[in-house]
Amino acid sequence: MWLAIVVAALGCYALKLAGLSLPTRVLGNPVVERIADFIPVALLAALIAVQVWSDGPSLTVDARTAGPGFAVVALLLRAPFLVVVIGAAVVAALIRLV
Amino acid sequence: MTAGLSVLQTCALSLLVFTGASQFAFVGVIAAGGAPLSGAMTAILLGTRNTLYGLRMAPLLQWSGLRRVAAAQILIDESTAMAVNRGSTPAARIGFLSTGLAVFVLWNAATTAGAPAGTAMGDPRTFGLDAAVGAAFPALLWPRLSDRRNPVVAVLATAVALGPVPFTAAGVPVLAAGGVALLAGALTRPRERS
Repeated sequence: MWLAIVVAALGCYALKLAGLSLPTRVLGNPVVERIADFIPVALLAALIAVQVWSDGPSLTVDARTAGPGFAVVALLLRAPFLVVVIGAAVVAALIRLV
Repeated sequence: MTAGLSVLQTCALSLLVFTGASQFAFVGVIAAGGAPLSGAMTAILLGTRNTLYGLRMAPLLQWSGLRRVAAAQILIDESTAMAVNRGSTPAARIGFLSTGLAVFVLWNAATTAGAPAGTAMGDPRTFGLDAAVGAAFPALLWPRLSDRRNPVVAVLATAVALGPVPFTAAGVPVLAAGGVALLAGALTRPRERS
């Protein structure tokens, strides 16, 4: 686990420093720019899906679905980040109670 | 922490990795039973956007040597957002430093307070905390969906991630979804400037 933490830390730091050090024209490459725009979108979407609808090796729909469900409603209402996250937890906890 | 990290490890993540989405991703993959290193890979992939921030910030901040090395650690969403629209180098530096340092201190203070609490709490599902993680990611994703191609990428990535869940190790589906970004970036046409 510590190895993974060190790898993640070094990797993330190297990416930050690289950004400040590389010549700006790297961004001029449109393919690089588009891929870089898409990576966080694809990874975040995938993380949501795996986090919410998988349980080990099986796909399931349970109270966790309330998380992104509540989040979308709250975000449409322009709720701040903490309200979104805490609200989703409360909703899921209530669903499990009943 | 409840995902299988110790308090010290959780604090180390905040202190050393210090980029929120990557930390959540790291914890998320491990909570799903993934190998620590695939968590690290996902975190690093998500960290690529900081490189882009750096490319945009470098001509504004105009730091070199040790200052650049130090500034890199607080190069994140917030510090970039508060500096990128400033007209001059001094104003950009002030925005960048004050925001970056403030977030760094608060983020690590919150982690130090929150990590032992997570250990003391027992089963996180009682409090719906597993759903909270599922809500944190949409909140991070939300601002990006205004570009009309991004929802398509998000839906494709969801499908690509859920597909291999039954027959691959945890952590692999998320990395596979990263492939969607590569393909979409390589295949789509340049953005229309309107």
